[in-house]
Amino acid sequence: MHELGVTENIVNIASAKAGEAQASKVIQINLVIGEMSGFVPDCIQFYFDSLSKDTIAQGAVLHFELVPTQLRCRNCSTIFQPQDTLWSCPKCRGQSVEISKGRELYIESMEVE
Amino acid sequence: MKIIEVIQNVLEANETIANQNQQLLDRHKVFAINIMSAPGAGKTSLILQTLTRLKGRLNIAVIEGDVASTVDAEKVQSETKAVVQINTRNMPESCSLMAAMIESALKDMPLGNIDLLLIENVGNLICPSEFILGEHKRVVISSLPEGDDKATKYPLIFIDADAVIINKMDFLPHVDFDIAAFRRSIEGLNPKVEVFQLSCKTSEGIERWCSWVLEQVETNAAKL
Repeated sequence: MHELGVTENIVNIASAKAGEAQASKVIQINLVIGEMSGFVPDCIQFYFDSLSKDTIAQGAVLHFELVPTQLRCRNCSTIFQPQDTLWSCPKCRGQSVEISKGRELYIESMEVE
Repeated sequence: MKIIEVIQNVLEANETIANQNQQLLDRHKVFAINIMSAPGAGKTSLILQTLTRLKGRLNIAVIEGDVASTVDAEKVQSETKAVVQINTRNMPESCSLMAAMIESALKDMPLGNIDLLLIENVGNLICPSEFILGEHKRVVISSLPEGDDKATKYPLIFIDADAVIINKMDFLPHVDFDIAAFRRSIEGLNPKVEVFQLSCKTSEGIERWCSWVLEQVETNAAKL
């Protein structure tokens, strides 16, 4: 529900980078998106199709690499992927954890011609 | 065809404006608090209580963020003249305030005469966690009728909070809310968080919250 502004940024960044590279067309944009980030790939694609019209990015394919949530136990430093919503450490059962991966939202690379 | 490496955070545009907002606030020695919660948890009530208690000691301004209406701005108007209502209905994000909305609201505020800016975000536990506004502290309110599982269901907003307020403590005899379990869940995610238990209805616990706010404002002003 809050993908519109984010997709505007994607179109702006892609257009600027394609311009810098003196490309004539953006073929694909490779995005990295964390599982914990509240952004939905399908919504971004939906807005992208209309926001990129008449820009150098029109028609580009969005490719999403999803990053699963990864946590680190503050007690015993175990790195783990949560199996349930309680986020307790599988080793020491501690509940003091920090997110080490899963909040990403960035453009990694683009294919242009 | 060629591949260009980009590595650029998509939220950077918002973060750049948020940093500019904070610089502007710092130049005028204005301390800003972003108040977030689900709808109905007590954001406006907390702002009213804070205005009433601190009005002789601080000049306080309020930014009200709502999808529609000026209901909240009208409620706080009797306590402060410096209030700006933002309606997000026709904006790129209707579910959260964003830094650019604060940037334009600040243009309508007498910053030189303000010590504390309370920003009431749109009632939502998901979207506001993605957007910083330029605030100095992020505060999340959770109220007893919502249940004690909110930090487990919406971890991000609690992870980034500087303070969590447990509001509507007067409901405790009527609801199955395990205060100790809730505190364990937020302190597990965020060991540095300040926790306040209070009731905006009965004013229980408001004093401690207001002392904390006052201390934050003074500490920040001394640094600038």
